[in-house]
Amino acid sequence: MEENVVLHMEGIYKTFPGVKALQNVAFTLREGEIHALMGENGAGKSTLIKVLTGVYELDGGSIYLKGHGEIVNKSPQDAQDNGISTVYQEVCLCPNLSVSENIFMGREPRKGGFVDWKKMHEDSRKLLSSLDIDIDVTAAVENYSIAIQQMIAIARAVSTECKVLILDEPTSSLDDSEVEKLFSVMTNLKSKGVGIIFVTHFLEQVYQVCDRITVLRNGQLVGEYPIKDLPRVELVSKMLGKDLDDLAEIKNMRTTKPSEKVIIDADSVKSAKIKEFNINVHKGEVVGLAGLLGSGRSELVRAIYGADKANAGTVTCADKKVRSGNELESMKAGMAYLPEDRKKDGIIPDLSVRENMLIALQVKNGMFKLINKKNQEEFVDEYIKILQIKTASRETPIKSLSGGNQQKVILARWLLTNPEFIILDEPTRGIDIGTKTEIQKLILRFADEGKGVIFISSEIEEMLRTCSRMGIMRDGKKVGELSGEENLNVSSVMKAIAGGEK
Amino acid sequence: MNGDLKSRLGKIVHYKLFLPLFCLFLVLMVNVITTPDFFHVEIRNGVLYGRPVDIINRASELVILAVGMTLVVAASAGTDISVGAVMAVTAAVTTFFLSGGEISVNEYQFPLFPAILLGIGAGALCGAWNGFLVAKMRIQPMVATLILYTAGRGIAQLITKGQITYIRVDSYQYIGNFLPGVPIPTPVFISIAVVILVQLFVKKTAFGLFVESVGVNKEASKHVGLKSVMIIFATYVFCGVLSGIAGIVASSRIYSADANNIGLNLELDAILAVALGGNSLGGGRFSILGSIIGAYTIQALTTTLYAIGVSADQIPVYKAIVVVIIVSLQSPEFQRYVRKFRKKLEAKKAIGEVTA
Repeated sequence: MEENVVLHMEGIYKTFPGVKALQNVAFTLREGEIHALMGENGAGKSTLIKVLTGVYELDGGSIYLKGHGEIVNKSPQDAQDNGISTVYQEVCLCPNLSVSENIFMGREPRKGGFVDWKKMHEDSRKLLSSLDIDIDVTAAVENYSIAIQQMIAIARAVSTECKVLILDEPTSSLDDSEVEKLFSVMTNLKSKGVGIIFVTHFLEQVYQVCDRITVLRNGQLVGEYPIKDLPRVELVSKMLGKDLDDLAEIKNMRTTKPSEKVIIDADSVKSAKIKEFNINVHKGEVVGLAGLLGSGRSELVRAIYGADKANAGTVTCADKKVRSGNELESMKAGMAYLPEDRKKDGIIPDLSVRENMLIALQVKNGMFKLINKKNQEEFVDEYIKILQIKTASRETPIKSLSGGNQQKVILARWLLTNPEFIILDEPTRGIDIGTKTEIQKLILRFADEGKGVIFISSEIEEMLRTCSRMGIMRDGKKVGELSGEENLNVSSVMKAIAGGEK
Repeated sequence: MNGDLKSRLGKIVHYKLFLPLFCLFLVLMVNVITTPDFFHVEIRNGVLYGRPVDIINRASELVILAVGMTLVVAASAGTDISVGAVMAVTAAVTTFFLSGGEISVNEYQFPLFPAILLGIGAGALCGAWNGFLVAKMRIQPMVATLILYTAGRGIAQLITKGQITYIRVDSYQYIGNFLPGVPIPTPVFISIAVVILVQLFVKKTAFGLFVESVGVNKEASKHVGLKSVMIIFATYVFCGVLSGIAGIVASSRIYSADANNIGLNLELDAILAVALGGNSLGGGRFSILGSIIGAYTIQALTTTLYAIGVSADQIPVYKAIVVVIIVSLQSPEFQRYVRKFRKKLEAKKAIGEVTA
């Protein structure tokens, strides 16, 4: 074995009922290396990480850690004690505890047997300021945005003396400048000899910071490559197991033009979280919302759908005025809303794929009109096929699906209600390229069917490929709109977001 | 052939109600060993007589309560600890109307059916109050229902003026005892009817799905248009109505309203029944059948202990011991041990085969 190997896994097997999640997977991490773990949704990345950190029990194989020999992590705490820290894709903090309590949970600094609160707050503040974050560390975590929460989770992970740091999709809720900060922290740790496992879907980021890539596909190892030996196109084709059709061609897939008829019209709407705005969407039109995190993108669509009650203005959907704050009415008027936070607002974890998919339609139909069993099964099977959802069966609890597949189920949930107008808030976050392309194609298909769409994404390119008009958001306010071929490009959108040339 | 049997056995073992059923079976087995004539049933004076009949009969109120409790737990991730007190309120209201305010009557002062409906209505009102506090005011279920838990019996005492109201009319006793010419106790029919009706309502409408959805993720349920306040409220009203029915049965058994003793400590058994049935007290997924099995298990246990000759005041201790065993049997940690043990056995067997 090489000298500087800090972590070595071999012959890893893990099976869930009906799914072989990992088969004979090997993985090697060296000191002072940033190692990307790549693969599509359901390829086994998260499972491999969870096996490593003791969340799941191994079915077979062994894990070697430098200085410890062969180890068995029975729990994340074991892993932590062995020097393996993890930041998960979904934020895993205790929302009602303070920031410093979250950071130092289980290893609070003590003085005379009691928790030394002063030192704890002080250390937390220092730690966060090293990540360029200046917040009140005594406030409860739930007061902060997902992005900040993610940074807190990262701060917690790097604050422990770790030899191996696992970052499982840490950047999916961060904006560009935050990603930069994270990268500088990563490079810093790397120079101290920490081995970092980096799981992400963003190819850019992989090529920006990583030294090596391990690719998984369908629970099997495809291979390990030094970054310079694996150009992007090859990486993608290795992940997919086929050659990818060019993303850029998507835009030309539109067969129809947006109609003159307005499907949704929000007039002087404002809520507690967003300043007054106007926006309309025509039938067959895809409107994007561009802005930094926290610029009010999500809050704007929540006010339209009624997830947050608007305290002024009117929303009209298909010429019908919709009472605000009543989501059932919005639904019945033909709206659909795919929320940003899939875990909190989207999935109903313990319920099956079938129930998760049918719930919206069932609510729309009313409690006493239960969709009969046969129709239920037909609907669900159809959408599992159309969206290629990877699930053991339609009765599998949605929580055991991978993130991307969960998202597809939520998407199917809304498609089943046959909406006139769809709000998609970050539908592609944490999803692999293949599925991203599928979702983008799907968005264009909705538009061709005459539906109106509002599409929010942190990736401007993705919106440029699908949208014919873009609303610009800045500091909790809609500040303008861009349309026309000549204005819809990355640089002009960036400029608009930033507020001019300055 | 052998393999086929094995896979079928495997299926049975993995059936989600297997463990609750297995526990009930265990309790009954203990009886068979200690009291060989336990399952002996005969007809005496034209009615069925025997321990099994006694268990099924005595469990009726608990079964009815457990059904309501299951829904409350599923939707609100909390328990309604006022059900026993609500039983007392219902009994007091019904007997108050039947007796016209007297302490003891030999004939109805008010028609029977409207009086029963009024009693159940009082139960519904109690449920609505609990539901209002939990769903609308967002008070923790245990705290919210603690109010009626303590005040309920007081209200019942107020209605009965602190006396035990006796209704010495035969037809009132039919509900809790026997209908003329029918060998099976009436509470058995009532509990079966309640179970079937609720089960039909839960499965043939989307109510069950909505309750589970709200119980698992309120926020996500809101975004698909579900009104969690209404759904949680409905489960508490349901629970109140069912407590009312249980209260009438209990009152009819003793043809009176004993505000201090009707349904005493039954709320704890009802919660336990839900848990024994394999339901999570954290809300979400539920099985009414599981809770019913739990209810019969508890009653079987109580009857068993009486049969062995344990005195009434010591029963809780023995009950607690058995409950600890049953709950541990069903815990995921114990099941992990079993799986590991089985794997080891298999490995040993494989080695044995190789060396042989």
